[in-house]
Amino acid sequence: MEYEAVIGLEVHVQLSTLSKAFCGSSTAFAADPNTNIDPVTLGLPGALPVPNREMVEYAIRVGLATNCEIRQFNRFARKHYFYPDLPKGYQISQYDEPICERGSISVHFPDDPKGEAAKSEKAGETIRSIGIKRIHMEEDAGKNIHDARTQTSLIDLNRAGVALLEIVSEPDLRSPSEAAAYLRTVRQLVRFLGISDGNMEEGSLRCDANISLRPVGEMKFGTRTEIKNINSFRFVERALEYEIARQLAVLKSGKLVEQMTMHFDSVAGVTRPLRSKEEASDYRYFPDPDLPPLVIEQAWIEDVRGSLPRLPEQIMHELSTVHGLSAYDAGVLTTDRSVVDYFYAVLDVCGNARAACNWLTSELFGALNKAGVELFASPIKAVDLGRLIQLLDSDAINGKIAKTVFEEMFATGGSPDEIIKDKGLQQITGDEQITAIVLEVFEKNAETFAKYVAGDERLHGFFVGETMKASAGKANPKKVNEILRKEAAKRADQMS
Amino acid sequence: MTEITSLTITELKSGLAARQFSATEVATAFLSRIAKNGDLNAFTEVLGDSALAEAANCDQLIGKDPGKAGALCGVPLALKDIILLRGVKNTCGSKMLSNFVAPYDATVTAKLKSAGAIFLGKTNMDEFAMGSSNETSAFGCVRNPWDRSRVPGGSSGGSAAAVAANMAPGALGTDTGGSIRQPSAFCSTVGIKPTYGRVSRYGVVAFASSLDQVGPIARSVRDCAILTAAISGHDPHDATSMDLKVPDFEGAAAQASQSPELKGLRIGVPKEYFIAGLNAEVEASVRKGLAHLQSLGAELVEITLPHTEAAVAVYYIIAPAEASSNLARFDGIRYGHRASGALKLEDLYARSRSEGFGWEVKRRILIGTYVLSSGYIEAYYHRAQKVRTLIKRDFENAFANSCDVIACPTAPTTAFSIGEKTTDPLAMYLNDVFTIPVNLAGLPAMSLPCGFDKTGLPIGMQLIGKPWDEAGLFKVGAAFEATTEWHSHKPKGI
Repeated sequence: MEYEAVIGLEVHVQLSTLSKAFCGSSTAFAADPNTNIDPVTLGLPGALPVPNREMVEYAIRVGLATNCEIRQFNRFARKHYFYPDLPKGYQISQYDEPICERGSISVHFPDDPKGEAAKSEKAGETIRSIGIKRIHMEEDAGKNIHDARTQTSLIDLNRAGVALLEIVSEPDLRSPSEAAAYLRTVRQLVRFLGISDGNMEEGSLRCDANISLRPVGEMKFGTRTEIKNINSFRFVERALEYEIARQLAVLKSGKLVEQMTMHFDSVAGVTRPLRSKEEASDYRYFPDPDLPPLVIEQAWIEDVRGSLPRLPEQIMHELSTVHGLSAYDAGVLTTDRSVVDYFYAVLDVCGNARAACNWLTSELFGALNKAGVELFASPIKAVDLGRLIQLLDSDAINGKIAKTVFEEMFATGGSPDEIIKDKGLQQITGDEQITAIVLEVFEKNAETFAKYVAGDERLHGFFVGETMKASAGKANPKKVNEILRKEAAKRADQMS
Repeated sequence: MTEITSLTITELKSGLAARQFSATEVATAFLSRIAKNGDLNAFTEVLGDSALAEAANCDQLIGKDPGKAGALCGVPLALKDIILLRGVKNTCGSKMLSNFVAPYDATVTAKLKSAGAIFLGKTNMDEFAMGSSNETSAFGCVRNPWDRSRVPGGSSGGSAAAVAANMAPGALGTDTGGSIRQPSAFCSTVGIKPTYGRVSRYGVVAFASSLDQVGPIARSVRDCAILTAAISGHDPHDATSMDLKVPDFEGAAAQASQSPELKGLRIGVPKEYFIAGLNAEVEASVRKGLAHLQSLGAELVEITLPHTEAAVAVYYIIAPAEASSNLARFDGIRYGHRASGALKLEDLYARSRSEGFGWEVKRRILIGTYVLSSGYIEAYYHRAQKVRTLIKRDFENAFANSCDVIACPTAPTTAFSIGEKTTDPLAMYLNDVFTIPVNLAGLPAMSLPCGFDKTGLPIGMQLIGKPWDEAGLFKVGAAFEATTEWHSHKPKGI
């Protein structure tokens, strides 16, 4: 029997609000342990939560961007469990009345995600709408740090109380690679909306995956397992692949999959049970009496709608239809709003989308990567990169010089015009100047020249190279070509 | 001159302003009264040194520029040991917090501080405010100044006893199901629970968040009005505190005591509050009080609050549910009692909590955990919330159609003997039958002295107001007080 996988993801997005979900404590990353704290974070007796307006606004933003219904009458609920990183003994979350419900997000699934052709311009893709079941607001827990050497456990509550959104998809995903593509799309969206940095490595994006198998053609879902706290794109795919194989083996052996909560051991590459259904905790959700119902006025929703930036989906569409970029390139440019903003700023100056994309994604990203610098701190400003492309396109410089100028721009932050002027890198385009260089080269290589004139076409390349070298790379290669042939023909005539 | 400790806050204020006595003399007088009445066990901690230091400050301030001194400059007060006072232990009457020093001020504490009040100490209470007799305190029961073999009521029993025994002119308590009003009735003080949302709960250790409210206990209606005004107002740290202007409470009380006249006022008398189980002497005194109000010009209207009967049951689902959640933070990890020798995390939790909490607190955590459990929450918690709405609606209907204020007994009996009800929690819970509905409905209510039984134990009358109409209660209360003399009786031997 053939089986298909049914996958749904719960993505926890750490919001980039300046203060925590229910108090004024800072959310700065990498602060000294237990410094971003206050009575509310510590769960001190008498401390009370007050909702952060920015958190609510971010939730509305992502809700509108995923076509969700925004619930105007919201309630926060307490979810109870004991753990040292949870100071109050409960997490403030939302339960049966989440802020956003019944939305969808359109995801581009590459037809052959692992194939070599995936990056090529012709790689096919399928765009499908994935249901968003709900999005709710909640607070994060702190971190327990176990020191094996001293046999002690330490608690850092800096993260406790930081605002999170949990985005719950419908079980609409059918493979590990689809799950990863969906997760990337969610990350792209939250980055575009400016509500999270979306860094999985820093824990800004965490994911629980629900997975079950069913015979192809069957409508009913099989028994699912939940894999908790997956913290990288690679692990999402690996964990799901492992779990699918595990469930398949169970089913093929005629047994039933047991409902459980699992954990992915990324070192061993296997999923392991955390607890079974019988051991499932009773969280005793009930409305938080410290927080009156949150009423969201329609006017607020409309304000947020009006302030939404262009969404990646719209931009990707424009990049491929208007600017003729491949789906792959459109995807790369829209990983982050800063990238697409940079791209458009380059494009504004040079008007050449293909070149703007290539210079940005290969040259600039390569250089940034090597230097370990983020795009926002790039020494090359978008207008300057645009100008460089413009100079190249207008034959003011040639491709080789352009790379030299680019390196100089990256090193010094200077503008291309200044660098070209200062270093005398202007292209030599004058016929007379080039002719003079060509003649000089002929003279220096008299023997070879004779063979060339005699018709050894293979030597043409040699003379182009020598001429370029003699011009310190500045000669316009097209002109060099032309003049070489012209002058060679002249000599041939003279000799015959 | 009358002894300083029997003066009201109003009198202390004018005496201090007129330099009849200094803040230091005032503080010294109350501190010595506290020392003299140590056997009442009303305080968990007395802040002698800091009170005198604050008093010296006040004297300087009043000496330099009396105009700049705060409204309560030099007035000494007591705080129930559930209201955080920075740098001072806050035990909540529990072993769990016996060594917990408050690292910040509650909003009400900060407000009183900035008004210039002096803190004499923290008052004893039922553990985590769970109790109606003060017998659940881990630090021993408070004794009733009127009869030391009897309870002072609870849970703010220490505050009420301190005020009744002239150990403080006023104190703050908290009221979740009657914890200000019932001890006020038992000790012959005036106590008010303001409208839910009138006073910030920030820095007040939560028992049941949707019911808790801070309020004053004092020796006159006007003093209660002064203190209520001092602690009221919106607090950005408490999402349930309302952003409403605070009316002139003291003015309302002062005016009514000058011209105690209640013409045109309709006072609702709920028939469900005069039932079997109501002590005959209590009933007689309250009825006499009602007749007195009538003689001041008010019209008595019989009303019905049909869902009263369900209130105690509803309360003992909702309050424990919230308490079980609020008390989850006492886990022995960051502060509070931690059991020694636990090897595993679960063990640490179980033992710290088993050792730190007393029986009544454990009972309520168990009840609360049960009624919120999956499979039971619908039948208990959710149903209780529905009935709570019905109880609230009863009051809304009464106020919309029949009356401006409701008057009734505060408690069904006078102060009972220590140990009398400790083995029968249900009998104990029923002592709050007249006060609980008010918390469920979020209304303001006051208890004021209206008589004594034949053994000399005080009896209280409860006035219940419309939402945000504390001023109305102060007016009726002040008129009653100005024309009766129950409040002027003093326990003997204090």
